[in-house]
Amino acid sequence: MTHKRLWTWLVLMVTAATLLAACGGAPAQTPPTAAPAAAATEAPAAATEAPAAATEAPAAATEAPAAAATEAPAAATAGGKLTILYWQSVTILNPHLASGTKDFDGATVILEPLAHRNDKDELVPALAEEIPTVENGGIAADGTSITWKLKQGVKWSDGSDFTADDVIFTWQYCADEATACTTSSYFTPVKSVEAIDPYTVKVTWNAPSANPYLTFVSYNGLILQKAQFEKCVGAASISDAACQAANLAPIGTNAYKLKDFKPGDTVLYDKNPEYRDAANTFFDEVEIKGGGDAASAAQAVCQTGEVDYSWNLQVPAAVLSPILESGQCDAVTASSSGIERIVVNFANPDPALGDKRSEPDQPHPFLTDPAVRQAINIAIDRKAIATNLYGPTGEATCNTVMAPAQVVSPNTKCDRDVEAAKKLLDDAGYVLNGSVREKNGIPLVVSFQTSINTLRQGEQAIIKSNLAEIGIQVNIKAIDAGVFFGGDTGNPDTLNKFYADLQMYTNSPSDTDPQGYFEGWTCAKVNSSANQWQGGNDGRYCSAEYDALFEQFSKELDPAKRNELAIALNDQIVKDNGIIPLINRFTPNAKAKTLDGPVGTTFDSGLWNIHTWKRVP
Amino acid sequence: MSEANQAMDTPAKANLTTQAQQLTTGVAVKPRTLVGDAWRRFRKHRLAMAGVIILVFFTLAVSLGSVPYQSYLVGQLATSGMPVPQENPDLRVLIDHLDFLNLLVAPNSVHLLGTDDLGRDLLARSLYGGRVSLLVGLVAMLISIVLGTVIGAVAGFFGGTIDQVLMRITDLFLSLPAVPLILLTVYLFRDPVIKAMGSPEAGIFIIVVVVVGGLAWMQTARIVRATFLSLKEKEFVEAATCLGVGKVAIMFKHILPNALGPIIVAATLGVGNAIITESTLSFLGVGFPPDTPTWGRLVTDGSQYLSVAPWLALVPGALIFLTVLSINFLGDGLRDALDPRSRL
Repeated sequence: MTHKRLWTWLVLMVTAATLLAACGGAPAQTPPTAAPAAAATEAPAAATEAPAAATEAPAAATEAPAAAATEAPAAATAGGKLTILYWQSVTILNPHLASGTKDFDGATVILEPLAHRNDKDELVPALAEEIPTVENGGIAADGTSITWKLKQGVKWSDGSDFTADDVIFTWQYCADEATACTTSSYFTPVKSVEAIDPYTVKVTWNAPSANPYLTFVSYNGLILQKAQFEKCVGAASISDAACQAANLAPIGTNAYKLKDFKPGDTVLYDKNPEYRDAANTFFDEVEIKGGGDAASAAQAVCQTGEVDYSWNLQVPAAVLSPILESGQCDAVTASSSGIERIVVNFANPDPALGDKRSEPDQPHPFLTDPAVRQAINIAIDRKAIATNLYGPTGEATCNTVMAPAQVVSPNTKCDRDVEAAKKLLDDAGYVLNGSVREKNGIPLVVSFQTSINTLRQGEQAIIKSNLAEIGIQVNIKAIDAGVFFGGDTGNPDTLNKFYADLQMYTNSPSDTDPQGYFEGWTCAKVNSSANQWQGGNDGRYCSAEYDALFEQFSKELDPAKRNELAIALNDQIVKDNGIIPLINRFTPNAKAKTLDGPVGTTFDSGLWNIHTWKRVP
Repeated sequence: MSEANQAMDTPAKANLTTQAQQLTTGVAVKPRTLVGDAWRRFRKHRLAMAGVIILVFFTLAVSLGSVPYQSYLVGQLATSGMPVPQENPDLRVLIDHLDFLNLLVAPNSVHLLGTDDLGRDLLARSLYGGRVSLLVGLVAMLISIVLGTVIGAVAGFFGGTIDQVLMRITDLFLSLPAVPLILLTVYLFRDPVIKAMGSPEAGIFIIVVVVVGGLAWMQTARIVRATFLSLKEKEFVEAATCLGVGKVAIMFKHILPNALGPIIVAATLGVGNAIITESTLSFLGVGFPPDTPTWGRLVTDGSQYLSVAPWLALVPGALIFLTVLSINFLGDGLRDALDPRSRL
């Protein structure tokens, strides 16, 4: 009897403990909002609206970077340690071999490009003396080259001089395909980089370029030291032991240099005494910790105060809002860090087609009908998604591009109108049979896939109920983010293969110039087995009108006309419902109220101006 | 000696006969059966009875209980301002109904167990999830127990080469990494099975129970084999063999009832395991579609909101907890009750 009672208690306690552990441990499993390989899905860094920063940034843009430091309030004494939390940990510090935003950001603390992009998407000189323009003669009028003047007297943290050779070397390093730079697309349009003198470099393009600031700008253009990486060009970049060590400990020109790096865990930096403005570097040490999840990262800044700055807090509004309200922190957001959208499949994903599944020559039975696409578009309750799920981290949008401001279309409209949607379907001949509409015996049943993520499953639920109202049945599927964004050609569940009718993810232009982004909807880029589904046009949208506009856009060199054409391209794809934009995301970072400096950028690292960060009382 | 013996023998014999007569008369008046004895013993096990009551309550709640709750919820929603658009909606429609006026509200009169981040009713979702989770647990357990018992019994009873082959197969299955295998199976058979069954939910249900059950029989097989090995040497088996009872009858009529205890314990543990494995699969995205709220998925989803809406994870968590605990108590009680050696 005693034994039995003991056993009973044991079961009770073990089960209770398991339950508690399951409940307590579960938040750690919070699905990451950004997939690890999210280069395509998440814009690199979120940005800020902090008023102080906004007024400060232009100053830094026109004057030397020292300007910001001289404005420092005298109250807080310099020194101490700046603690930063990334819930994805840094694994490599060579930005050209980086596998994600976290690596670029980790490298940005040490290395500098020729120019950064600030929170207004303007260029701010870093290693360059000034920003080349057509007016100051830096950019050739025919668009074939750009000439950068470099700062003189800049030293690497090992004491050697920074010269044009380092800039040329960085191009050579990534221009070699065998190096396998993840940033190679920023270097391939370059025909040559020459030194006119030790402090002037001339970049010549393969073809006249409308985007002269493509190379050596932002986190994609960080300059490596030639002396350190000279022997690492080509396959040696990752195979050679000395190069592997260099990838983990690059020598840089920025305000901080590497002290200790545990890949996949923490990076510790200390002051770089050789920095050109070392006297104004505020912190003695900077630490980037890795690990955890977005919600606990927000708590670490806003509730426990363990860290000063946290990255990428894309968590549901209901979780984030109470954390932010605690008053110890500020959210730092950018104008846009990606457009959450539904991609419509113009090809037929029916498994019965076998190998022909989702091939561009198999038109979709009903999604090729503009009426159906438009009905879906106006049936979706974007406002409900924005307010209930995103809260402060997103707003409803009808556009494919929300940054930079000059290419944001004012012409689009996508207000919810259920009756109009029903009428569209009625007029097109889709009649209700029970709760689902059908035409010619084909019912409007769609499969709708996305990655596993609380927020996205919430969106799926809302959209499913919206479409049910107009008689379209939605079958929901959620796929592990690693698979969905992975691009493995052997896996049927990738977004590239798109074996579903609708799919949802976030994407945005990776550069202020959206040419590469808009190219993703041209007929030439349609995904198919022929191009291993790597074309980039996953919806198989193909329109002669759009292609003609894009042709015009890619040849145009005048910035104002380019902006007009970019807006026209956006309007065309939105009018055709090639994709259905839902939410403009402002994935926020959070900073402690006692930290001054972090500003948000859409097109550069969130740590781009870390040399000006300081503590305020 | 022998005379004396004989002299004593006669009255003693007479005495015994009367005793036997009395005994048989008693039995004839009130027969005691194996099942009756078991039931008597089982009733005395209070925790097991509590377990049965809870399980019966849950089963009734998810099957019949949802009907009155559906009409209650529809009425409440109509008065609270977010009416259900459809007439006479079934539970499947109600669990997807979004009530934006009541997001993450604590249990109240409209939503008896509160709502989630989209205003979906937690009680409705728990009821629906209970159907799926309980059914998955039960069916998967049945599959694993039947498989395990048959394989273990055959291996233990026949021995020799058959035993060797079956046990090596068991070892093989034990050494297979379960989760990758499940993922593989789901990837390979998901679409064809869904197509054959006509709906994603039914298709996934078949795959999940077959996979979960098909990968959980090994422990049972080993336990049953060990029990059979020891029992087949017992005198009652020899007696049955001598009487010419067939092998199958000996296995399942004579030995199996004596091995029921460990099998039932394995079965009860199996139900809990199946419920939990199912939630793991749903979490990985290869189980039920994300809009099918199984208990495991409700816990996973609710765990995000532990600080703002703890009931979202605690309610389904408590349901899993109570169910598995009740099943364990039930198993404990059944084992004691069915064990022919235990006398209460």
